[in-house]
Amino acid sequence: MDLPFLYTTLLTLLPGVPLTLKLAFSSVAAGAVLALLLALCRLSGVWPLAAFARAYVFVFRSTPLLVQIFLIYYGLGQFRAVRLSALWPILREPYWCAVIALTLNTAAFATEIIRGGLRSVPPGQIEAARACGMGTALRFRRIVLPLAVRQALPGYGNEVILMVKATALASTITLLEVTGLAAKLISETYRAIEVFIVAGAIYLLINFVITRIIQLLEYAISPHLRPPPFPVIAEKGGTA
Amino acid sequence: MSSKPPAVRLADLRKSFGAVEVLKGISLAAHDGEVVSILGSSGSGKSTLLRCINLLEVPSSGEVAIEGEVIRLRQTRHGTRPADRRQVDRLRTQIGMVFQSFNLWSHMTVLENVIEAPVHVQRRPRAECVAEAEAILEKVGMADRRDYYPAHLSGGQQQRAAIARALAQRPRVMLFDEPTSALDPELVGEVLRVMRALAEEGRTMLVVTHEMGFARDVSSKVVFLHKGVIEEQGTPGEVFGQARSQRFKQFLAG
Amino acid sequence: MLTEFFATFGFGPGGWGPSMLTAAAMTLAVALAGFGFGALVGILGAWAKVAGGAALRTAADAYTTMLRGIPDLLVIYLFYFGSSSVMTPIARLFGASGFISLPGFLAGALAIGVVSGAYHTEVFRGAYLAVARGEIEAALASGMRRMLMFRRIVAPLALRYAVPGLGNVWQLVLKESALVSVTGLVEIMRQAQIGAGSTRQPFTFFFAAAVLYFVISSVSGWALGRVELRSRRGLRIA
Repeated sequence: MDLPFLYTTLLTLLPGVPLTLKLAFSSVAAGAVLALLLALCRLSGVWPLAAFARAYVFVFRSTPLLVQIFLIYYGLGQFRAVRLSALWPILREPYWCAVIALTLNTAAFATEIIRGGLRSVPPGQIEAARACGMGTALRFRRIVLPLAVRQALPGYGNEVILMVKATALASTITLLEVTGLAAKLISETYRAIEVFIVAGAIYLLINFVITRIIQLLEYAISPHLRPPPFPVIAEKGGTA
Repeated sequence: MSSKPPAVRLADLRKSFGAVEVLKGISLAAHDGEVVSILGSSGSGKSTLLRCINLLEVPSSGEVAIEGEVIRLRQTRHGTRPADRRQVDRLRTQIGMVFQSFNLWSHMTVLENVIEAPVHVQRRPRAECVAEAEAILEKVGMADRRDYYPAHLSGGQQQRAAIARALAQRPRVMLFDEPTSALDPELVGEVLRVMRALAEEGRTMLVVTHEMGFARDVSSKVVFLHKGVIEEQGTPGEVFGQARSQRFKQFLAG
Repeated sequence: MLTEFFATFGFGPGGWGPSMLTAAAMTLAVALAGFGFGALVGILGAWAKVAGGAALRTAADAYTTMLRGIPDLLVIYLFYFGSSSVMTPIARLFGASGFISLPGFLAGALAIGVVSGAYHTEVFRGAYLAVARGEIEAALASGMRRMLMFRRIVAPLALRYAVPGLGNVWQLVLKESALVSVTGLVEIMRQAQIGAGSTRQPFTFFFAAAVLYFVISSVSGWALGRVELRSRRGLRIA
């Protein structure tokens, strides 16, 4: 085990971490918004919207992310109309292509997670909200969404980890995040095993931290699942 | 009887689920201060009847009027629908409902449950809602549990909190849908005590229940429903004492 | 545009149809090889987690945690480039010169196997644990020895419970196979890149690649659904 080499490898790969994190978090955030919209389309009862959402999820989940990235980065450039449009400065940048591809991809998986969360809200509590005179929007904001999020958080945490792993594919379109730097280093030094160990350790550390944060978040938003503040003593029923 | 319109008036209410007609022309009036107990075996349509009052079920035909205001309905391809969502939402704030399975919002404490509708639906100032909520919780005996979550409460406690939540909106009418049916026997008493106190206050209440004691001792009117039709109606004395319907006698016995 | 599409992918001269289909066959081959290898690893891993001692269990846990947290692309690089650092010195001993490394297919299949093995482990572990205690006890009570019981009772039942999970892993493996293109193996992605470079029509080729993956995935999904239905006959699965 060549410790000095491992150390220099670490120093070479660490500069890629900010890019990895930026790619992961921007696509998770944008993907969550898109997923919420798609989940609402699915549940809207308006047939064209629901069918579109179903088709979107199916297509993006059954094709490899690599194809999606290449289609956007290399593929869109085939059309003159795209090259001449106002969006071209964005669409020819590898960074934005990667973010767009990652966003579209995670949205497909997140939609299912969100849909599961929305369906898990106890119908009785929704009825109680209707009975109080809450309109649809208010009901969604105060009751349905908070309960759905609490249910969906563990599954969503898993999706965030998967997205961090997915950022590695950005290296195939010239981006120098951790995997990109690792590939470059391997091709220069041919010491794949050591580079793998360091790069792998970096990803594991990132995922460990994220898992911890999700766990903390889960703990913070579910006081109703923790034991009560003071012991519950049996008591008589009120003065009323 | 005063010339004031009844708090709740149902006229020839019918409700079908698909091919099954559950309510076959119900006409009923509950005036201010009346406590109406609705009895019947399962399948008689009593819960459906109650839920038609605040439009949790939409009647297939017939009229529902709250304090003289008729709820406007319209016929669509998919059946009858409320004509004006806003009217329904507004009337619902004047009707308090207590459910068989309590249906407290699990991500909120008892206090938060109670102030939720007054603050967010009725848009009253929060401080005022909190003060009033604490008074109501005191009344139902849940004041010291205000910061507890529903998961930490017994069934009886949850139901009392649910009653407080319904009261917080200052409703004109209270609907109770089998409020004690999901409770362990020893917890039934605490809830009935609260309901009795509300009746004594002069609240207008419509209660679907199996608790004969409550029906006999606390109600001002008893209605017996069988297969979607009102078979018996009258004061407790009339209904329990001189029941004419065979079916009701069977129901009491069974 | 549609006629162009068919011209590009037709089976006539200059048409890329045959090469794309051959590449699709290669995708299936490397995916199946990787899946098979992963299943073997998964059975070992599940056995380690269920029946192994503390050391084995820790090792298996470390394996699944690590492989589920490290990008698949890195693992492929490890097997493809890393194999040369192991194999070249060995080959030198035998007098070979130059670079020796695992061929792309083998490196890809091994990498897929190692990564999917982590997911396989969880599937088999869950399936094994799902076999009701009662059925095992009945077998023991009838005097079956452990090996026989495993073969006749536990394994068949566990396999039935494993089918949905295995279906998911297959879909994952199928998509992972696209990454093997970095080794130069001519599966769908690589073939699409070659075609795109040659005809300057990247969208056309990558779109065709997407269609191929979509078709393979959908057909697999349908077939697995049928298998799942058949496997559930007589089982009370919630």
